[in-house]
Amino acid sequence: MSIATETRPSAAVPARTADPARKVTGARVLRSEWYKQWSLRSTWITLGLGLLFLLAFGTIASLRYKSMTGSGQQMDPDFADATTYSLALFGTTFATIALGVLGVLSTSGEYTTGMIRSTLAAVPRRLPVLWSKAAVYGVVAFAVGAAGAFGAFLISSGVLSGTAKAMGISADGVVTGLLGAAVYLGLVGVIGVALGALLRSTAGGISAFVGLFLLVPGLMMLLPKSWRADITPYLPSNAGESIFALHHVTGTLTAGNGLLVLLGWTALALAGAAIRLVRSDA
Amino acid sequence: MIEARQLTKRYGDKTAVDGVTFTVRPGAVTGFLGPNGAGKSTTMRMIIGLDAPTSGSVSVNGRRYARHAAPLHEVGALLEARSIHPGRSAFDHLMALAHTHGIPRGRVSELIELTGLQPVARKRAGAFSLGMGQRLGIAAALLGDPQTIMLDEPVNGLDPEGVLWIRNLLTDLAAAGRTVFVSSHLMSEMALVADHLIVVGRGRVLADTTVQELVRTAGGDTVAVATADPEQLRRVLSGPGVEITGRPGSEQLSVTGMSPRAIGLAAAEHGIALFELTAKAVSLEEAFMELTKDAVEYHATTTPARAAA
Repeated sequence: MSIATETRPSAAVPARTADPARKVTGARVLRSEWYKQWSLRSTWITLGLGLLFLLAFGTIASLRYKSMTGSGQQMDPDFADATTYSLALFGTTFATIALGVLGVLSTSGEYTTGMIRSTLAAVPRRLPVLWSKAAVYGVVAFAVGAAGAFGAFLISSGVLSGTAKAMGISADGVVTGLLGAAVYLGLVGVIGVALGALLRSTAGGISAFVGLFLLVPGLMMLLPKSWRADITPYLPSNAGESIFALHHVTGTLTAGNGLLVLLGWTALALAGAAIRLVRSDA
Repeated sequence: MIEARQLTKRYGDKTAVDGVTFTVRPGAVTGFLGPNGAGKSTTMRMIIGLDAPTSGSVSVNGRRYARHAAPLHEVGALLEARSIHPGRSAFDHLMALAHTHGIPRGRVSELIELTGLQPVARKRAGAFSLGMGQRLGIAAALLGDPQTIMLDEPVNGLDPEGVLWIRNLLTDLAAAGRTVFVSSHLMSEMALVADHLIVVGRGRVLADTTVQELVRTAGGDTVAVATADPEQLRRVLSGPGVEITGRPGSEQLSVTGMSPRAIGLAAAEHGIALFELTAKAVSLEEAFMELTKDAVEYHATTTPARAAA
């Protein structure tokens, strides 16, 4: 049917039927956001990259370690304290960036493209959109993080099986630790979603995310030593790392406290995003 | 039904919408006219809650838009600015919106067919032409089978067939009892579709009237007559509701309140020779220009001043 002949679009104009089943519900907004997430190519590419970073860098780190121990050459000091577990999770920082950036994009992209107008016209109460995006993306980032962390550990464990550092998945704290890494990446994703919604700009959101997770920890050096020890463990990246650290060194938080602190950061970012969403014109 | 009461929107010092009050009724196409920057888009954004009014209120079908259980079932809106993610296909865009209201997949397919988007439904919307993007926006507006349809500059970027299609769609929707609210700066387009007109300039309502009334008040039914004997013709034509103007001694007269046909017949009956008999049809365009003259002049006079400074 050509549009040129379609001059009486009567199909659009039947008598209106009030269908009480057609209304906005929380579950439907969640479903819509799930659909939106997977109908963009950037989701597949970035999640693929996040997974690849975890698996590839864990594998490379393990192979490098094995080649050093095998050849009897001088051990690289960076690898001195390495374990199968720490080598497997070598790619976590890179996955953090990939998953955080995709989180930022899932909300900032709505504003930069104008999609937000369609979204908020459909859900004018607004907040369900933010909660749904955070939930959908948090779960997706957790799942990718879990697949990557367990996959990388199994690979590293295989690579290093004959060495002094051999460690199996049943070793003490490994499963909890790997799940902790997945939880960390899930929360990183939610913080990305919140920053994108708060700043409404992709460049701004990514900058804030990278600043928070990579630059601020580096700037801690500028603080007086006594302050540094009090503040550093509570930064999102440091608190997050303590969630999945296998051995806790002094001056870091326990896994439980690290999780609580990161949840606090997540809640703070979401609260800021919620206030901006409700108060500001779209 | 859209009811705006003293609706006002300020951005810092600038008042975009200034105490606007109007009602858009069902069963008719209401045109929303105004020059650029008159506050049309801002008003429409406030109607669906994208912008919060600084003061005043606007309700849709008796309630604030956000208070409806199924907003897309109340108002379907096409905004001037593109409101789609360029990376998503037309189908996925509509389906994502449909999910929020539990609208079935069949309705999405139906709208894709209605708007003629079948060939590109699975393509990324970012690659769409202006006209295709506009059709997708209209499909999204109709998705929830809304009682009120609100379109901001819907014919922008459409080819002549598309314009005709929109015109028929709007007329049919109004005939089916829907409320149709359409903004445009194309007066000629409004003349063809609109029953009622709300004219705005500089954020204020300048006229809330029908198309015929607007044309009439702008002097639309004046007839220019040239005759050999103006004094005699004045006597013949004068009567209740008829107004005749003309300079003394001139052959030219301007007559309002009588049709050219009635004037011609009256002149013939009395044997008065006429040299000219022209209905001075004032187009909606001219009527609109007359009405918004001040709003436009304001912009025109400030521009050189700014350039000099």
